Amino acid sequence: MVQKIALEIKNVSKSFKLPTEKSNGIKNSFINWMKGRRGFKMQHVLHDVSFTVDEGDFFGIVGRNGSGKSTLLKLISSIYVPDNGKISVNGSLVPFIELGVGFNPELTGRENVYLNSAMLGFSNDETDEMYDDIVNFAELHEFMDQKLKNYSSGMQVRLAFSVAIKAQGDILVLDEVLAVGDEAFQRKCYAYFAELKRHKKTVILVTHSMDAVQQFCNKALMIEKGEIVKLGNTAEIAQLYRELFMGGSQKAMIKTERNGISNRNIDINTKLRKTDDKLTFDVRMRSKVKTGNPEITFVIRRDNGELVYRWTSGEKIAHKLNLNTICNLRIGIENIFPNGIFDVQIAIREKDRTKDYAIFDNIISFEIINKGSHPNDIYWKPKEEYRIDEIAQ
Amino acid sequence: MQNPSIRDQWFAVKIFHPKRHILCYNHTSMKKTAGKYRYSLILLRELVKTDFKLRYQGSVLGMLWSVLKPVMLFAVMYIVFVRFLRFGAGIPHFAVSLLLALTLWSFFAESASQGMRAIVDRGSLLRKINFPKYIVVVSATVSALINLSINLVVVLIFAIINGVDFSWYILLAPMVILQLYIFSLAVAFLLATLYVKWRDIGHIWEVILQTGFYATPIIYPLTLVAAQSVLASKILLLNPMAQMIQDLRYLLIYDGTETVWNYIGNFWVALIPILFTIMLAILAGLYFYKSSRRFTEEI
Repeated sequence: MVQKIALEIKNVSKSFKLPTEKSNGIKNSFINWMKGRRGFKMQHVLHDVSFTVDEGDFFGIVGRNGSGKSTLLKLISSIYVPDNGKISVNGSLVPFIELGVGFNPELTGRENVYLNSAMLGFSNDETDEMYDDIVNFAELHEFMDQKLKNYSSGMQVRLAFSVAIKAQGDILVLDEVLAVGDEAFQRKCYAYFAELKRHKKTVILVTHSMDAVQQFCNKALMIEKGEIVKLGNTAEIAQLYRELFMGGSQKAMIKTERNGISNRNIDINTKLRKTDDKLTFDVRMRSKVKTGNPEITFVIRRDNGELVYRWTSGEKIAHKLNLNTICNLRIGIENIFPNGIFDVQIAIREKDRTKDYAIFDNIISFEIINKGSHPNDIYWKPKEEYRIDEIAQ
Repeated sequence: MQNPSIRDQWFAVKIFHPKRHILCYNHTSMKKTAGKYRYSLILLRELVKTDFKLRYQGSVLGMLWSVLKPVMLFAVMYIVFVRFLRFGAGIPHFAVSLLLALTLWSFFAESASQGMRAIVDRGSLLRKINFPKYIVVVSATVSALINLSINLVVVLIFAIINGVDFSWYILLAPMVILQLYIFSLAVAFLLATLYVKWRDIGHIWEVILQTGFYATPIIYPLTLVAAQSVLASKILLLNPMAQMIQDLRYLLIYDGTETVWNYIGNFWVALIPILFTIMLAILAGLYFYKSSRRFTEEI
């Protein structure tokens, strides 16, 4: 079977004019012109990007924030025009840069469905036909005549996604829509992607989730600083992405670190050092107010909020802490963490709970990827012994 | 958007199979164009509908306001200018003339001002999905056009009550209304394009609109200016808004109204307002079209 090309991107470059000062006034335009300033700075976002997507491809585009992938998507959706190069699309293209484009909080759910599908190019009659399907998928029967502003955000997303997936274009462009909705709805979306894949739909998916890329895509593109880093099969791309941006082969990787964090009571400074079998946290605290008998609580949570580790000074240390001088706390934990993303939270309170000095969320966020293990291996592996006794009856 | 690759293909294939592929190319391009206009129409309809639903939401009288507003404005103008200052004394049905002119002017003001803000107000939408940008400007003016037609019915009712004799001239009125729509749309396109680049236009436009209101014979009859200077009154009449308002007054209310056709005295000079409207429509349309490719980056 000869594969037809669905989308061709050839030597596409794009740069933006970033205004250096507010230059959308006539006065500023005039001053800039008088002083010979251009009033803007050129920002090169994409540089000489070329690739093709064949019909039936589930094509992933991955990259970090600011790598240019959203710009690329907007170019594909012809929201922006390229400076150089050309983009040719074969067939009708339905973009979802964002869910619920044109949703208006003052309209009812029903009216919004009609408005949104008009934006996607469906006439009233066509929307009539798919209306029931949309409502069924969203599971929002009893809310359709309520104004959208009375919906919860999750319900809005569900409605938007339901309209989106009923739009039957030749090429589907999806941006980060995976990270929405509750777990049950997310499963439904994944099931929908699987269905798209089964039906050999042409899909272009922009995502941060390597799991999604590996699960659905058959080809992927990694982009960084506006240039293609690699174009190839998904396993290679996912591997490369993890190595480059998640510290891949290391045992633990610090995702974000908010070094100096403070409120009006307390300054706090946290560092994480990791070795193959140990994670060491250094927390440096200094109080700006007089503290009585403070208690420090150190908590690690999974990114879904599940509590995985808790340490409290009140239980471990008998003497009174003095935070008015600089106080260092070092906690070392055996690295038995499974794959996943974890956040550290620190709370400093008066021991009798009369006063909260500080509660800091996400002081450090780190990701654990165990080399050699399956990426979906998300269970704890404590040291274990087991024995099976077969006792004859 | 032009699709260069299909064009290239066509040229490449033309060498081998001239006839077959010319047909093929025409077919796809025609289908594409038809699809594009169908999409524009669907979207336009939905945007106008939404706009109308939202406009009077939460107000008790709802749609009635689009009639009440100009009538209330008219009442004030009538009391101040016609009753106290005795403007238009001796001109038959001047009150209805005033109401008609106010209606036409408020259509122009509404479509130009709404059209100007349309692109910027829908900026977040334009950055999410690609559709022909002119749709949002047109939808703003269509909403105003619906208002105008409701108000014209009110004007006609007033005219009947006032005992205006209608003549066959009334059949020519739609032509002038078409000109008014084209003129307002052209101004809206021009302002919308400028407003994306310089937000100052919003303030400048308010002043220009106010000036235009007084420079047009709406609250005063043209004879009032002619009494001071005939030349000045002729120049005033060359402003397209004045030309259209006077034409409609002539056609609908009183055939003694001065129009460019019976007052200027030179046919070619009398054509200036219409030629200006056409020129403006072409230039504003081109300017908008050329700039609209970059709107999403500039908003």
